Amino acid sequence: MNGLVFLIPIALGLGLLGLAAFFWALRQGQFDDLDGAALRILVEDEEEPAS
Amino acid sequence: MSTDTTTPLIERDFAVPDIHCAGCISKLENGLVRDRRITAARVNFTEKRVHLSCSPEADIPDLIGAFSNLGFEAFPIGDGLDDADAEAANSRELLRAVAVSGFAMMNIMLLSVSVWSGAMGATRDLFHWLSALIALPTIAYAGRPFFRSAWRALRHRQTNMDVPISIGVVLVSAISLYETATHGSHAYFDGAVMLLFFLLCGRWLDSVMRDRARGGVTALLRNMGTGAMVLNETGVSRWVDATALDRDMVMLVAAGERLAADGIVIGGASRIDLSLLTGESAPQDVHADDRVHAGTLNLDGPIRVRVTAAGADTAIADIARLMGEAAQGKSRYVRIADRAARLYAPAVHCLALTAFIGWIIAGAGWHHSLLIAASVLIITCPCALGLAVPAAQIVAAGELMRTGVLIKDGSALERMAEIDRALVDKTGTLTLGRPEAIDLDAIGAAVQPVILALAQASRHPLSEALTRGLQARNVRPAPVEDVRETPGFGVEARWNGKAVTLGRPQEKLAGDALATQVTMDGHPLATIRFADQLRPDALGAIAALEAAGIGAMILSGDRSEAVAPVARALGLTAQTGMSPQDKLAAIARQTQQGHKVLMIGDGLNDGPALAAGFASMAPGSASDVGKNAADCIFLGDRLMPVVQTIRMARRTQAIVRQNFALAIGYNVIAVPLAFLGLVTPLVAAIAMSGSSLIVVGNALRLKRAIR
Repeated sequence: MNGLVFLIPIALGLGLLGLAAFFWALRQGQFDDLDGAALRILVEDEEEPAS
Repeated sequence: MSTDTTTPLIERDFAVPDIHCAGCISKLENGLVRDRRITAARVNFTEKRVHLSCSPEADIPDLIGAFSNLGFEAFPIGDGLDDADAEAANSRELLRAVAVSGFAMMNIMLLSVSVWSGAMGATRDLFHWLSALIALPTIAYAGRPFFRSAWRALRHRQTNMDVPISIGVVLVSAISLYETATHGSHAYFDGAVMLLFFLLCGRWLDSVMRDRARGGVTALLRNMGTGAMVLNETGVSRWVDATALDRDMVMLVAAGERLAADGIVIGGASRIDLSLLTGESAPQDVHADDRVHAGTLNLDGPIRVRVTAAGADTAIADIARLMGEAAQGKSRYVRIADRAARLYAPAVHCLALTAFIGWIIAGAGWHHSLLIAASVLIITCPCALGLAVPAAQIVAAGELMRTGVLIKDGSALERMAEIDRALVDKTGTLTLGRPEAIDLDAIGAAVQPVILALAQASRHPLSEALTRGLQARNVRPAPVEDVRETPGFGVEARWNGKAVTLGRPQEKLAGDALATQVTMDGHPLATIRFADQLRPDALGAIAALEAAGIGAMILSGDRSEAVAPVARALGLTAQTGMSPQDKLAAIARQTQQGHKVLMIGDGLNDGPALAAGFASMAPGSASDVGKNAADCIFLGDRLMPVVQTIRMARRTQAIVRQNFALAIGYNVIAVPLAFLGLVTPLVAAIAMSGSSLIVVGNALRLKRAIR
């Protein structure tokens, strides 16, 4: 029974963390171009111009 | 100027339909920024768009040029998409609500499972209180779309699906809260939140479908953000947006460009393709003092046009007015889900009320009776019904999109399933709507590579037709040097030391057929004729339409001599020389005879008819007016997608009906149980999620329906 005092807030906290992460990703535009994101991994980055 | 790094940048969006692979992404992003006016480029692959940040001195033609240097065709996307933005915001709000209710549902379920597996006394109360703590804010936040819509309906003394949902959810939460406070066992927080979650999923799917189709349509709307090169008094030309064009400006219209405003030709002579405006397939000669109209295509040489009317004053405005009137009929269509709700909502309320009164009469306490009424509400709440329609429609729309058909919304699919008569425009719909070279095979294999090399150097519509035709025959371009294009004449170059040209025939040909001539050192080598061709599978598509029980007929604005061969080839009756009003009248006649008419057309002149038809389709090459008015747009050269769409729409409607039957069947079993007071929160949760999963699974069967 005492375990619940810790476990329930932890469970809820982790859930909230996931929800917050999702909202963050949504606001950052991570979901704007789903097909493009799958392809960008194949794009070879051009070497940075010598600075 | 170049050292001034604080100049504010301007942001522009371009639709680039040819982005296909990872290579295209890197080519565009790395290539575009090499232009010093472009600071940043970002590709959105899903929407086939490129977002540019560029310095203010970069005109639209310069930017389009930067794209074409990389081998891509780009079309500017204008602003003024306010309602599109509102739709996107709405869809994002729904997604947030889905996320919140999903989170809440999972956590409440976690607590509920312990209650179901035997938590008693203080533990159960604690878990119920925790559930209430999560559920009440969630319902207040995620339930807003339903409450708002229900309130709107009630204010107009109507009812829709959202009314029983809202009443159910609010009532159930209130009773559960009371139950929790009095240490009872019947807390339905999990059921209420799960209901919201499933229903929000349905809503969100519906809006995603509209978003996706709208994204595709926006990418196709080429004329948005067009404009013209305008000459000022000093003879300097400058790009002016179509919205900023004004009377008495002088536009310089190059060959292959569409006119951005109505006007009078003051210099140069050319031929104008009117097919989008009137449906006429033969190009019209224009000289000085001739009137020309916005939306028509300049075929031959550069002309100077004094603007007489721009924007809302153009000849198109009349057509827009007709369209507004014609579209009113369509808005009267009631979607199948709303029709179901009209029967369903009163039934749900009656059932719950009957259960409450019945148990009161039977001598149960008001608390017990209210509890049973609430469980009836929760069980009958149209959870599966809310998913039945959008789940099937989004699967169908996704499949159709893969075959190149964009559906504007779910109601279009529903209407498409009911049509039994097709009225088809000729130019651009049954035919390709662009000149195609007729006798390419008659040209010697030695000359073909030279023609291709010359044709590739020009963006003239005839050159593009040649390039398409020859590339389809696997011809490779010959190595030519010194390629030069003279507007109004053609392309010239040197090949193996000889001067070769591709351009206007030296002698006037019989009739007004389009043609070009290839010469070497001044001697004609070959003359190529062009004509608008039937779509390659037009015959098969019309036959398939007949087989599906849909009679077809041609409505054309073209002359009867031009329509007759097409009508004969396809075995269809045709009406010719029709104005937009005539087409409207033809649709009204068919509607009066009890037919549900599908209008297929592409031109500006088809706009009102497209808006008036019970359902309507336009090819991707259609005018913007046509694409805006149509319910569906099919891409590519084939006509078969029209038949596929109708078949898919009918299959979808069948699945939707099955889904309704499943949902009602579930109610027939569950409602008596709820009436008898046998439904516990556990039973409600299982029944609800079970029926929703079955409905979604049934909808997924549409996945392979097209193949």
